[in-house]
Amino acid sequence: MSDALNIIKDPTLTYRQELVGLARLGESTDHTLRYSDAYYAAKAKGALCDLNEGPMPFRPRYICPDYELLFKKGCDFLQLDPPADLLEAVNALEIFYCHVPSITTYPVYLGDLDKLLEPFVLKEDRAFAKKVLRLFLRNIDRVQTDSFVHADIGPEDSVTGRLLLELTEEMQLAVPNLTLRYDPERTSDDFALACVKCMLRTAKPSFANHRMFVSEWGEKYAIASCYNGLSIGGGGFTLPRLRLYECALDARSPEDFIENELPKYIDLQLEYMDKRVKFIVEESSFFKTNFLVIEGFVKQENFTGMFGVVGLAECCNRLLGIEDKKKGFGMNPEATALGLRIMDAIDRRVGGHVAPYCDAYGHRYRLHAQVGIDSDGMDDSPGTRIPIGVEPTMLEQLEVNERFHPYFPTGTGDIFKFEETYLRTPEAILPIIKGSLARGLRYFSGYLENNDVVRVTGYLVKKSEIEKLRQNKQSLNQVTVYGKGAQDGGHALDRRIQHHEDCACQ
Amino acid sequence: MKTAPVNKIIPFSNVDGPGNRTSIFFQGCPFNCLFCHNPETINLCVGCGDCVAGCPAGALSLGEGRALWDSKACVQCDACIRTCPHGASPKVRWMTVEEVLREVKRSAPYIDGVTTSGGECTLQNEFLIELFGEVKKLGKTCLIDSNGSFDFEKDPRVLAVCDGVMLDVKAVEPAWCRRLTGRGPEMPLKNLDYLLRAGKLQEARTVIFPGRDAENEETVRYTARRVGGACDYKIIRYRPYGVREAYRGMLGEYETEADYAEKYALMARELGASRAYVV
Repeated sequence: MSDALNIIKDPTLTYRQELVGLARLGESTDHTLRYSDAYYAAKAKGALCDLNEGPMPFRPRYICPDYELLFKKGCDFLQLDPPADLLEAVNALEIFYCHVPSITTYPVYLGDLDKLLEPFVLKEDRAFAKKVLRLFLRNIDRVQTDSFVHADIGPEDSVTGRLLLELTEEMQLAVPNLTLRYDPERTSDDFALACVKCMLRTAKPSFANHRMFVSEWGEKYAIASCYNGLSIGGGGFTLPRLRLYECALDARSPEDFIENELPKYIDLQLEYMDKRVKFIVEESSFFKTNFLVIEGFVKQENFTGMFGVVGLAECCNRLLGIEDKKKGFGMNPEATALGLRIMDAIDRRVGGHVAPYCDAYGHRYRLHAQVGIDSDGMDDSPGTRIPIGVEPTMLEQLEVNERFHPYFPTGTGDIFKFEETYLRTPEAILPIIKGSLARGLRYFSGYLENNDVVRVTGYLVKKSEIEKLRQNKQSLNQVTVYGKGAQDGGHALDRRIQHHEDCACQ
Repeated sequence: MKTAPVNKIIPFSNVDGPGNRTSIFFQGCPFNCLFCHNPETINLCVGCGDCVAGCPAGALSLGEGRALWDSKACVQCDACIRTCPHGASPKVRWMTVEEVLREVKRSAPYIDGVTTSGGECTLQNEFLIELFGEVKKLGKTCLIDSNGSFDFEKDPRVLAVCDGVMLDVKAVEPAWCRRLTGRGPEMPLKNLDYLLRAGKLQEARTVIFPGRDAENEETVRYTARRVGGACDYKIIRYRPYGVREAYRGMLGEYETEADYAEKYALMARELGASRAYVV
């Protein structure tokens, strides 16, 4: 059967999913954009991966519009006036979201919803505001049907923030992904604790290290898609990744890897990124004619490229000849030290590369610890994470994470699975989050083992929706299929559970 | 150098007092509770060597009058614990205050405080006084998890450096208490009153056994009246997991039904223990 026919006959795809699949297929027929032979060879080997971004980029991968501007001056192209009340505000956003492109075809950043909506919410009575927000969230879940759709709240407490948490818990939806921007001086313990409780019930929000992101991006940053740090009014052009385990296959020693093999692959990935970025800016129409650019909702100079890596753990284990993962990266100081040397080498080489455009960042790309895709199987763990199934104690896992997270301004994170007793003791989780963020952790996610909504590698899915696919039924959320793949191939839902251990007395 | 036998240290615990805590479990307990689900923490190794030969990983040897444990070689199969005829474990580290403190400092950025438990941690009274003094310097709280066998009134030094005691009230009726724990109820009950007076009772706990209506009721009534709203009163369901086989037969092969335990929590609340709940 042809690829097109496969898509058309697949009973598990919704109409929209078929449409997206066919569009990708169409894009894949054009090869105007060419790379070096060495690039194609490295890709065929699995050392480089383009995350199926498609050969002909017709928009940046991730776009983070300045929604404040929409509320301030409206939008000519969409014929929207600045909203005067909550209903108009929510309606404007719902319309606008449908016109924000991305690699997924859905908007990956919905705005700092609490800040945007608070002035309007405060003018309404609480019950009415809650009803409007409920319909708003329902609209997002049913229209923006992709788990990489992401909204942010915080750092301050607000009526809107609280309402969004209440609704998130009540509605149990996988979309949108949600992040609390946590700042120890601006986020009250009470609000943070409300977020922890919500996280235990629905696997969101995650906690972002606000100070760390502000130091890299300034106050106007977004957490988008899985956990990508990007500029508001900007975004990310492209996100390819080094699959570090495969990059290490030909290395004769750690030194050989760092001095010869790694630089070779880094340069090939940079070649890919440079060509793609130039194509998006110079050839595709997006930066010339799209209303987001014309009306100033995004500025080309605020975009950068995300230089992704996966599989650091397996790379280090391979280079040190460690076959038992339980004695490898994360548990083994030698492997962890090698991981830091490798990251330093990547950081230095990527940081030394003059990228086209990316003006706001000194013409530099920024590192990203990619969360993995379902086809990675067990060979490449997400980013710099410790492989699932061999995680040490949570304390040790955090200590390792804290050393690696600072490398990744365009995002990294780890996920912790908690057992049922934590529902009664959310206050036992907050000091862990606060302590780890203070010590260099960038992004903390958690969920409860028995929930329906769970975090797979960075995105959320409903276990009940995965079950639908297994029964050859359709799932409205186009990401459910990734969750199924990650569960089957990467055992992504089998991570270590933080539980209370038996004590001597009953 | 002062040392104490440490069975294990759990860096993060959410069930040993408020917030996130590092729990330190000491080896050795003066009680011999039938329902103890870690009976290997009751006694100290006598150096008989029975466990050494049975260790599949070669992690045990004899020396210093006791079994010595190589934690790196250990595969955690617990064959030693099943073998030990003395209710002890060779997997015990004799640690100095400084060594314990080193582990506490490692988890310090993420915790609210430290809880010492066991076994029975108050057997290590002098050690605790020194340890708590140091933990306090880190700005962390210190809690004691105790069976109430230590006379806190007679030697109040440890209370002065600790923030509270989580006290088991296992039984009130003397014959039942002796049968259940091997000791009478006098000292735990004296401590219950003393700790309440001193404002140091962090929580009281009672295990509810299946079908033991009269015993359960007497313990809960007595404790609830005294505790009132001063602190949490945890009504704990008996669970047979880990309980020695001989005693499971007597106490029950099944865990206490949730509904049955809830009756006692309700009773406790009606008697004034407003913060009574089932765990």
